[in-house]
Parts: sequence; C-alpha cells; structure tokens
Amino acid sequence: MKAYVKETLTGFYSLLAGLGVTIRYFVKPIVTVQYPREKIDMSPRYRGHTEFLLDPETGSHRCNACENCARTCPSGVITVTGVKVPGTKKKRAVTYVLDYSLCSLCGLCVEVCPTNALKFSNEYRLAGYSRQDMIIDVMARLKAQQRALGLPEEVPPAPEAEAPAPEAAKSGEAES
Amino acid sequence: MQFFLAEGARLGLGLIGVISLVAVNALFLIWMERKVSAHIQLRPGPMEVGFHGALQTIADALKLIGKELITPEDVDKLIYLLAPIVMFLPVLVSFLVIPFSPTLLIRDLNVGVLLIFAFSTLTVLAILMAGWASNNKYSLLGAIRSVAQNVAYEIPLLLTAMSIILMAGSFQPSVIVSQQAKVWNIFVQPLAFLLFIICGTAETNRAPFDIPEAESELVAGFHTEYSGMRFAIFFLAEYTNMFIVSAVATIFFLGGWHGPFLPPVVWFLLKVYALIFLMMWFRWTFPRLRFDQLITFAWKILIPLALLNLIVTAFVLKLVR
Repeated sequence: MKAYVKETLTGFYSLLAGLGVTIRYFVKPIVTVQYPREKIDMSPRYRGHTEFLLDPETGSHRCNACENCARTCPSGVITVTGVKVPGTKKKRAVTYVLDYSLCSLCGLCVEVCPTNALKFSNEYRLAGYSRQDMIIDVMARLKAQQRALGLPEEVPPAPEAEAPAPEAAKSGEAES
Repeated sequence: MQFFLAEGARLGLGLIGVISLVAVNALFLIWMERKVSAHIQLRPGPMEVGFHGALQTIADALKLIGKELITPEDVDKLIYLLAPIVMFLPVLVSFLVIPFSPTLLIRDLNVGVLLIFAFSTLTVLAILMAGWASNNKYSLLGAIRSVAQNVAYEIPLLLTAMSIILMAGSFQPSVIVSQQAKVWNIFVQPLAFLLFIICGTAETNRAPFDIPEAESELVAGFHTEYSGMRFAIFFLAEYTNMFIVSAVATIFFLGGWHGPFLPPVVWFLLKVYALIFLMMWFRWTFPRLRFDQLITFAWKILIPLALLNLIVTAFVLKLVR
C-alpha cells in the first residue's frame, strides 16, 4: 500500500515536471530561420569557393596572374589570364574564372598562392538552374565588393600590344 | 401552433449555430494545435497562408473537399459509409444541452448531463464500425483497442461526474453551473477535476491515450482506409469532441459562464479553450501509453481514486445537510 501511494505520487510529480519543461520551451523564442526571407551569416571560417582578398592598402586584389593556382588545381577549375602592366615588370590578372561545378573545395589554390591573393568566400547559396550558373567570375565579384564598399572599381590593365598609346598606359597605372 | 413555430425556429437557429461553431472551432483548433506543437518544439509552425498561417486549415479543408472519396474493394460498404455519420451525429447532439450562457442554450434538459455522456460514448461505436468495415488489420486493431480503452476510462469518468452531480443534486447543466456562482467546483473537488481531465483526454483519443490511432504503430488506426471528406469528418469529430469534453469540464468544475467583467459567453469560451490548450500541452509532453499500462492505470489508480472521491463526497454531503 505504501509503495502504491509512493509510486502514484512520484509518477504524478514526474508528469508535472514534464509539463514544466514543455511550457518553458513553449515561451522560449523560436529558432527557425524563415530561409528565403531570412538568412544567417556564415561563420568567418566557412570554406566556400575562392574569391579575391581585398587588399586594404590598395583597395584591390593582389593577383599577379602567375597561374600557380591553375596549375595546382587537381580538377582544372581555374582559368586566369593576365597582362604585363605597362611600365613595370609585373603582371596583373585581367580575368579569373572558376568552374565551380568541378571544384572539390580542396583549398590547394589558396595554399599555393604566393601573394596570398585568394581567400574562401562565405557564399553558401549556390543553387543554379544550369551548369552555366556554376561558373563564377571572381573578378566580377571583386568589382561588386568594391562597389559595395565605395572604392574605385578595378580596371584591368590594357594589354601592351593593343594599347601602345601613352594615355592608355597612364590610365592603367593610375587605377591600379 | 405558436409553440411549435417558436420551438422549430429555436431548433433551426440552434442547429445552424452549432454546425457553424463546429466548423469554425475545428478550423481554429487544428491551427492552434499546430502552433502549440510548433512553439513547444521551438518552431514557428504554419506561416505561409494568411497571417501567421491562420488560413492554412481553410486551404487544407479545400484540398480535402477536392479529394477523391476512395472506397476500397473489400470493405463492408454500408457500415463503411455509415461510420463517419455515426461519428459525427452524437457530437452534434451534445451541443444541444451545453449552456454557453444563461440565455444562450438550445435546450435546457433536466437530464442534459446524461444526454452528453450517453451520446459521446457512441463515438466508440463509430470507431468500431469504421475499423471493422475497413477490412484492414491496422483499422481493426485500432478499433479493438478503442473498445478496450473505453472500458478503462468510462467508469472513472462517470464516477467523477457522479460526485459533482451528487453535490449539485441535478443532471441539468444550467443548474450545476448556477450553483457555482460563489465557489467553483474545482476548489471543492480538485481530485475529481484531475481525474475528469485525464479521463476526458482518453475519451477524445488524444495523446497520451491515442492508442486507437497510434500513428507510429497502426498507420492511422481506425481511419486508415478513409480519404477525402470522410477522413475530414473523423477529424472534425475528434476536435469537436475536445471542445465538448472541455465544455463539460468547464460546466462541472470551472463555473461555466461565471466570471467578472466580461460577458458570460466570453468567459465560457475562454475557460473551454484554456482546457483545450491544457490537452494540447499534454499531447506534446507525454509519450503514448502502452495498452496494458493504460488498463493498469485506469483500474488500479483512476477507479479507486474516483470511488474514494465519490464516497467522501457522499459522506460530507450527508454530514453537512
């Protein structure tokens, strides 16, 4: 009889305790993010596709088009072209295109870069309707970033052969 | 002649009111259930259709109306078609005697409480019919469980109701309510209230006593083979049953329409929906009982406590009067 009463009372108490837990959760704020309308920021160490690091000193990228990344890439994702900046011996990237549909996110390109021009982006919304949507123009992303920060947009140096005129060379130097 | 005209108008208006209340109540309760369950699990619940998903159940109902009514080949056709009707009719009848306020009630029967209990037990018959006629092992198992469960909870339910009726000295709902003008019965009979709520949850086949439906074991129990509006009627009846059980509990224990400031109907509905919230809260807290656990619980704990409560009530009443 004593055990029966004790069991009934402890059972009843456990039910009340359970109700207490659920009501506490009931009044807590919800954790769902209404995805297409709300977005969470990715953590800074998230390894998305690569993009240019915005150099705070120059307000532009640091890529000298050495093509180390393109050669290291196991999947041949990267296509980078560059021209010599007129008046100097340095090369500078004109286009930098990723075929993200082939990328395995190994990060070798970031490791091998001699000028530390690359970084991982925080981009995680990468759904597209075709393979063509997976081709990422890194240079265009940089320009968008510069526009957002109010910096002058990157203008790639014109190739020497096509623009021998001194005006073009000057403008290229001024921009970079 | 005048009497029949007046009574006919009263019944007609009452039926229209009851049917619209049943429909609106079910639409609201389904939405409320989804919201309560969602917030307990830190989710927002339905958000897309209407303000905070308020029109979600209307959209669902429209979809259900558009669905095909499938009648499986080997069902017992007559019983299969009759079961949803048998499920729904008693639900409608119970509303005839529920006093929403001193003036807002359809029929003030002097055996109102008996009528409610007699008819609400008919839902078990409907479940048995549906389960048997479906010719499906899950449905049949659900139906058998429902009948056995009925034996377990009906006795303590009526015993606790008896102690209230002893106190009131009447089977008339409006009399029971008007006697609680000063002190609600819940303060006089807290144990009876507790037992009544437990048995009421079992009566509506809701978790933790949703053994006849038991979606994780029996697909959907007795309504596995029903589709479209036939399924919707079962659903409607289930949610209306919740309303009726809560309304009876309000009449018995929470003083019905009594309360300060607000009009009586508002008080009545407030108490009813508070009790319904309690039942939803139960559902999202407690896991489903196993069958033998329910029987043990009912026969070893509920019935002795209900009997004890009845005897003590009778003694005290005899001493006081």
